[in-house]
Amino acid sequence: MNLTLRIWRQAGPDASGALTTYQVTGISPDMSFLEMLDTLNEELILRGEQPVAFDHDCREGICGACGMVINGQAHGPERTTTCQLHMRHFQDGDVIDVEPWRSGAFPVVKDLVVDRSAFDRIIGAGGYISAPTGSAPEAHATPVPKEAADLAFEHAECIGCGACVAACPNGSAMLFTSAKVVHLNVLPQGAPERRSRARALVGAMDAEGFGGCTNTGECATACPKGIGLNAIATLNREFLLGGR
Amino acid sequence: MNSEAPFDEVPFKYSDFTVGAPIADTKAPTGPIAERWDRRRFEAKLVNPANRRGRTVIVVGTGLAGGAAGATLAEQGYHVVQFCFQDSPRRAHSIAAQGGINAAKNYRNDGDSVRRLFYDTVKGGDFRARESNVHRLAEVSVQIIDQCVAQGVPFAREYGGLLDTRSFGGVQVSRTFYARGQTGQQLLLGAYQALSRQIAAGNVELHPRTEMLDLLVIDGRARGIVARDLVTGAVSAYLADAVVLATGGYGNVFHLSTNAKNSNATAIWRAHRRGAYFANPCFTQIHPTCIPRSGEHQAKLTLMSESLRNDGRIWVPKTVGDTRSPELIPEQERDYYLERIYPAFGNLVPRDIASRAAKNVCDEGRGVGPGGQGVYLDFADAIARMGRAAVEAKYGNLFEMYQRITAEDPYQVPMRIYPAIHYTMGGLWVDYDLQTTVPGLFAIGEANFSDHGANRLGASALMQGLGDGYFVLPATLADYLAQAPTAPVPTDHPEVTSAIVEVTDRLKRLLAVDGDRTPESFHRELGELLWDECGMARDEAGLRRALARIPQLRAEFWQRLAVPGTGEELNQTLEKANRLVDYFELAELMCLDALHRTESCGGHFRTESQTPGGEAARKDEEFGYVAAWEFTDGGAPVLHREELTFTEVHPTQRSYA
Repeated sequence: MNLTLRIWRQAGPDASGALTTYQVTGISPDMSFLEMLDTLNEELILRGEQPVAFDHDCREGICGACGMVINGQAHGPERTTTCQLHMRHFQDGDVIDVEPWRSGAFPVVKDLVVDRSAFDRIIGAGGYISAPTGSAPEAHATPVPKEAADLAFEHAECIGCGACVAACPNGSAMLFTSAKVVHLNVLPQGAPERRSRARALVGAMDAEGFGGCTNTGECATACPKGIGLNAIATLNREFLLGGR
Repeated sequence: MNSEAPFDEVPFKYSDFTVGAPIADTKAPTGPIAERWDRRRFEAKLVNPANRRGRTVIVVGTGLAGGAAGATLAEQGYHVVQFCFQDSPRRAHSIAAQGGINAAKNYRNDGDSVRRLFYDTVKGGDFRARESNVHRLAEVSVQIIDQCVAQGVPFAREYGGLLDTRSFGGVQVSRTFYARGQTGQQLLLGAYQALSRQIAAGNVELHPRTEMLDLLVIDGRARGIVARDLVTGAVSAYLADAVVLATGGYGNVFHLSTNAKNSNATAIWRAHRRGAYFANPCFTQIHPTCIPRSGEHQAKLTLMSESLRNDGRIWVPKTVGDTRSPELIPEQERDYYLERIYPAFGNLVPRDIASRAAKNVCDEGRGVGPGGQGVYLDFADAIARMGRAAVEAKYGNLFEMYQRITAEDPYQVPMRIYPAIHYTMGGLWVDYDLQTTVPGLFAIGEANFSDHGANRLGASALMQGLGDGYFVLPATLADYLAQAPTAPVPTDHPEVTSAIVEVTDRLKRLLAVDGDRTPESFHRELGELLWDECGMARDEAGLRRALARIPQLRAEFWQRLAVPGTGEELNQTLEKANRLVDYFELAELMCLDALHRTESCGGHFRTESQTPGGEAARKDEEFGYVAAWEFTDGGAPVLHREELTFTEVHPTQRSYA
């Protein structure tokens, strides 16, 4: 396959960026999108040009590092991470736009790399169960209904990639935040901090400059792990129950 | 370009070695094995809670071992300074572990116990692990599950609300706790959340996107690190009372592996160059059920859970060069080679046996798929027997992943699999306290060599990472801190200044080569060489070929490398090139270690050492030791042997026929 790429190049956080056009040839349909970018970068290095910076690591859809807006969609046309998107989903001769996550709360570091540390600060505000090492009771002391464990797991699957924020017209982090609240609040272990957790996480989210949620639903459509909008409904309920 | 030109930066030759004094003391307490850990903890000195906040510990890495250690040390009151090269601690490669975590809970009432987990692990490691450590691992396994459940790790549950388990990796009890196929993710998020709590509380100072590039050894003790901010390029020294390396394994030296792309060996290799012995570098685990590479462009290999071998049948065509598509090959022209060679275990032979058998049939020219580097894993019989719905319920997510990557429907055509580099059992040598040969430098998790011997059992890596981080290191490190000097190191200490200069110079030199080959091209060539000559099967001639070739490749690297950009910005090409410098040296030590160990053992098959039936032949009399290598600047490496004694589990030959 031969493709035309229009890639966002930005030298640093304070530099201005622009789309730059590149041609890549001989792309195999079996390549992942990142392997296609690897190919381009190898050529750029040999030409003495700066390769395109992008975050990536595990390349099996679980670490959450990779992420870019491809033809206007977070992670591109398939509902998966960019590392698990394969070139067979594109046509020979396609023109493909590649941009970083678009959100004021995710400043661009360089090219397609953004700073998602706001997510870590949200978790630090209360996205945990306070269980210091060595203080744990016997694991079977607290039975957990299978439905609750499954529900917790389905929300704990969030990889923190930030696609939800990038897809949201408001740049809201509600899906990310709600996934963590549902994971911890449905478990009996999470119950003692249940009320304060929802308040603290929403407060941290607002402080980071993420937008508000208007139930547009783009976040759930873009989520590579299939976390649904009902998580946001649960967060809203937990938040209201929390009081002041 | 003359690739054989001598290069003045090559500090030594790995084609030879000398033998140094054996390792006399591992610090393991004596007495009954089940009481040793209790005794060690009781005898360990403690640090008064009021004095802890004045003590600083550097933790490098935020995976299961590092995340757990950082959180626990901070909870205890120490000041922790923690580093990861990823943008967030939550992305450490532990997150990708699929299968599960072992623990001797005996919730199934099927005869499991601490003793049995200990026994299985020593035997699974082919009698090259240290008994005291393995027993302690089995003991803390029970606490690990309690801790993770308290943190909210959503393990699989029974309808009655109790924890579910499954069996794994050929053991005879059901002791593996799991969270679907994402156990590593859930355990890591538990540790990350505990760490995040301590970061928010100000007890942990986190440096993300920061990579350790050297170790600071002052007055014979580890007192800090030199690290580079990957965004600004700033190279700085960080000082502490002790340093903990939790930087994972070095499987990426092979280029294609199941490791995350950025996992690397630099931290442990720089520590090795500063005096930490490197143990059993050639012990690599090959995983039999990976998706084969599809072409030259391939950046990494994807593993699929070996649970697939419970129902899938493995075969290749009987005839060399039979390229018909699988459905056109009649039953009598297929070779179900594992069932044929190992009738008792069939497709369920251990990882090392299955991997080697696949390589053998591919080497004979009977491999399938692009390049003939694959064998079929066929579910046709299982679908006929159980029905598609049952197969889907059991393996649906794996089938979906396979289809996404290969665009083939495994319900219609057999999957193709091939072995791949997965886990490294070698690593920094540590004593029973997880301390390296540099006082004040500790290594935990996959970064050390200690618990798995020559082959790791499934679901044991997560157990070791969390056990070291939550329970073992915090106890043993306290003992060190209680006795170690507290005098601060001045930031302009000559050792600090010279280490920063050394690191900076190296980066400058990488940028200055201005050649015509990319780091990736060197990495691929080094990896292919290692895979061919020091992979699943090795022999003397091949290892000598590799030892002759690697210095040439390294010389060429310093003459032809191309790295655009500068060192004062985010420069991923520079990061990669810098890691390669260490891979070259590590690769040589791996080959030397493999060359000197003329026995087959665990995941390591030395073709000169096999039974008349073609199975791996261990030589306990000659090689019943840990090979701990000492770096000597300018000279040949020195081999220090740690003799292994087995008083609890008696070595036996493994047989699966």
